[in-house]
Amino acid sequence: MTAIADTAEVSEPVRKAPGYWAGVLKRFSKDPVAVTCTVIVVLLILAAIFAPYLGLNDPYKASMINRLKPIGYPGFPLGTDEQGRDMLARLIYGGRLTLFVGLVPVVLAFFIGSTLGLVAGYVGGWVNTMIMRTVDVFFAFPSVLLAIAISSALGAGIVNSLVSLTIVFIPPIARVAESATASVRSLDYIDAARATGGSALTIIRVHVIGNVLGPIFVYATSLTSVCMILAAGLSFLGIGVRPPEPEWGLMLNTLRTAIYINPWIAALPGMMIFITSLCLNLLSDGLRSAMNVKD
Amino acid sequence: MFAYLIRRLVYVLPVAIGVSIICFLLVHIAPGDPLTAIMPVDATQEEQAAMRSAYGLDKPLPVQYAIWIGKAVTGDLGKSIATGRPVAQEVFSAVKNSLLLAFTASVIAFPIGLLLGFIAGYYRDTIIDRLVTACAITGVSVPNYWLGIVFVIVFSVQLGWLPSMGAGPGGSGQWAWDYAHIRHLILPSVTLAVVPIGIVARTVRALVGDIFSMDFVQALYAKGMRHGDVLRHVIRNAAPTALSVMGLQLGYLLGGSILIETVFNWPGSGFLLSNAIFQRDLPLLQGTILVLALFFVSMNLIVDVAQAAIDPRIKRS
Amino acid sequence: MSKTEASLSTADRGGPHQPLIIAKDLKKHFPIRSGLLNRKTATVHAVDGVSFEVHKGETLGIVGESGCGKSTTARLLIGLIELDEGSIIFDGDALGADIKLKELRRGVQMVFQDSYASLNPRLTIVDSIAFGPKIHGHADPSGVARDLMEKVGLDPERFAERYPHELSGGQRQRVNIARALALSPRLVILDEAVSALDKSVEAQVLNLLNDLKEELGLTYVFISHDLNVVRYISDRVLVMYLGEVVEIGPAETIYAKQAHPYTASLFAAMPSMDPDHRTEEPPLAGDPPNPIDPPTGCRFHTRCRFAEDICAQKKPKLSVIGDVPEHLAACHIQDPASGHSQALKEAAE
Repeated sequence: MTAIADTAEVSEPVRKAPGYWAGVLKRFSKDPVAVTCTVIVVLLILAAIFAPYLGLNDPYKASMINRLKPIGYPGFPLGTDEQGRDMLARLIYGGRLTLFVGLVPVVLAFFIGSTLGLVAGYVGGWVNTMIMRTVDVFFAFPSVLLAIAISSALGAGIVNSLVSLTIVFIPPIARVAESATASVRSLDYIDAARATGGSALTIIRVHVIGNVLGPIFVYATSLTSVCMILAAGLSFLGIGVRPPEPEWGLMLNTLRTAIYINPWIAALPGMMIFITSLCLNLLSDGLRSAMNVKD
Repeated sequence: MFAYLIRRLVYVLPVAIGVSIICFLLVHIAPGDPLTAIMPVDATQEEQAAMRSAYGLDKPLPVQYAIWIGKAVTGDLGKSIATGRPVAQEVFSAVKNSLLLAFTASVIAFPIGLLLGFIAGYYRDTIIDRLVTACAITGVSVPNYWLGIVFVIVFSVQLGWLPSMGAGPGGSGQWAWDYAHIRHLILPSVTLAVVPIGIVARTVRALVGDIFSMDFVQALYAKGMRHGDVLRHVIRNAAPTALSVMGLQLGYLLGGSILIETVFNWPGSGFLLSNAIFQRDLPLLQGTILVLALFFVSMNLIVDVAQAAIDPRIKRS
Repeated sequence: MSKTEASLSTADRGGPHQPLIIAKDLKKHFPIRSGLLNRKTATVHAVDGVSFEVHKGETLGIVGESGCGKSTTARLLIGLIELDEGSIIFDGDALGADIKLKELRRGVQMVFQDSYASLNPRLTIVDSIAFGPKIHGHADPSGVARDLMEKVGLDPERFAERYPHELSGGQRQRVNIARALALSPRLVILDEAVSALDKSVEAQVLNLLNDLKEELGLTYVFISHDLNVVRYISDRVLVMYLGEVVEIGPAETIYAKQAHPYTASLFAAMPSMDPDHRTEEPPLAGDPPNPIDPPTGCRFHTRCRFAEDICAQKKPKLSVIGDVPEHLAACHIQDPASGHSQALKEAAE
């Protein structure tokens, strides 16, 4: 049989279309701010991971005579803290815990929240009601308050911080996932897939996940900066990481006494939190515009 | 409109109950026996058992919850372990101070955020827009507890202009609108205002930019409407969303001021909370969080209803 | 695999005179929830007692204003929404009793109006078409897909690996047709399938549909609000109003003389190129009544210029019009015994 071809398209060249993610990467790499921020974040993470191999001073070694030395003091490029420990080493080592507690909860919440939202959005009905009303209850707390409430009940410690921050970030991610899924669910291609007799799981896997994961992922990256500020905030309040571990929030707290003697040392750990959080936000913004196909 | 209000109220009730259950469970997820915080270490078995039944801790959890919530709705949140005073009384005086701080921060943040956001949205993709966007993202990214410390370093330690802690000569109880007290309010409220400035500016910028690119704005210009009148239409369209963002931010300010209050020793609910955490004063912790969360829930309710009142699209549905 | 092949080319089980699909008294009411506890406060009578047959090898056109229940009927036929009442008999097998939904869906496929929304934007064309055969365990799903692409006039070499947004509307609708054909269905429901296309592309796709029908021995249910297109493609036409069938019959008969005043007004609103075919009927005024609370008696009486008391009281039955036994309409004027003042006069003509 000879079908009628759309005549206008006959002259188009043969080519293989680039995938969606290739396009995202291309757009993202053209955004100088986003790329710079990515480089900074990656460097911070690498420095934190490989801290023992960077030839730094011992971050735990206290010295009564070297307390609160200024920035640029011989042997201590960024000075020393209130117990005479090397600030540079403590800031780099501090990145380990801060970045770990600041990023891991978002990753965990991303998986748990997306699953909850996908199920709620696709299945609908009373399953949706059960999941989303529960989410609403947790959402009724301001995030700072919820994190502090759970952390203070559980007590200080890294694992407890991870647990409480994960709980804080599941509800917002589940909400975004649910609404993204529900809007995809109403599109004709899902009906078309159902009409072919595909099971719910197959349809979610093939037709839903690919179309909702992008927006959820972008949203989750926008939460990383909040999560890091919160994680450090918990330590700052004394319900996060325990001393003497180097952690930016905890360092900020213990150095508060030093603001009259050597104020700029006292401000350094917060500076690190600020820079990281700024980079994470700009990175997320870049990702958002790179992934928005309509723009 | 009235039906909408009732519907929202009915919807909020289960959420409020859920919130109270979480607050109730806080004490029970805490590791160890809740009694150990109250009892002297050398208490005998009999004394412990007596205490247990006195606090109702020997009853099943749902019963304990029913007793607790029954008292809570009458305003009885138990007694603070540290001070022995009623929790409700402690929370009430602290929340007053927190509200003062949160409202002052809003009064600073909202006009600035609105103005910056509107200008950026109006001059979208110009240098002004980029400048505002950069400021806004900086505001959103800054850990405000650190910014508070920096402000203290600059304005209290270095320049000596403003006090670094407390709520003024009256202490936690007596606030007065005089210079001696307002001086103490400046640093914490400015610090608290930074994040909402960023959030409001970002939201309004996107909102106004989107509205300006809508067809109806072109239509208004095309039919010869004056520039100022077109702006009025744009503002009317942006108002409901902007209002709801600001309402939510006010709620966040109250709940989120905990860290700032700690930095500035401001005698508010956050300060109370951090003391409760430090002393493991669980009834105080529970009560403070309950009051703050319920305030946030009511704030959301008010925002929803106010938004419905000014946005004709919501009323009909 | 061989089993799959065999069932893909299902034999004409019921014989040529068994209708391919019999829809009996289909009903679908959507609840409207509101009030304090989200209780059901009203129902939308989307489809309210619709019965019809689709004969093998024909194209049945379904027309009516938007909101009359055309699309709901289509989704009921393919089981995308559940029936409240009524039954569907597919080639002699009753759905639920003799065949399951999954089997029905192999025999019935659908093409949707929005060519973009009905394709997964993250899948390539070939993957979209191959999805059905793949989940049904076909050995070479992408082979099937490529064959079908050729059938619908899309060169697989050029288009197989593309994404939907890189195609034109006409090309995307060709992909949707290929996808619908991938399970070798016997009935294809075309729900406003060409309505969103440019006129020139629409003609190409309509020709493609006619060719495919002939080649593959398909049966179509063609839903559209465009009466010119329906006339071009349909053998019989079914007219719906507010969830009910008001008239059904051979296309030529209905296009020549409409028996129901609603059909007449609908056709009067149809633009015509022929100056001799000037409209005599006044066009329909206003919007259809709210399907939440449909009018009593004949549902059209609120907008009908012949309406009398009887029309508001008694619901007219579908009855044979004139000497064409397949032409039925539900109007009191067509029934000499109805008591409508114009009924006898009309019948005497």
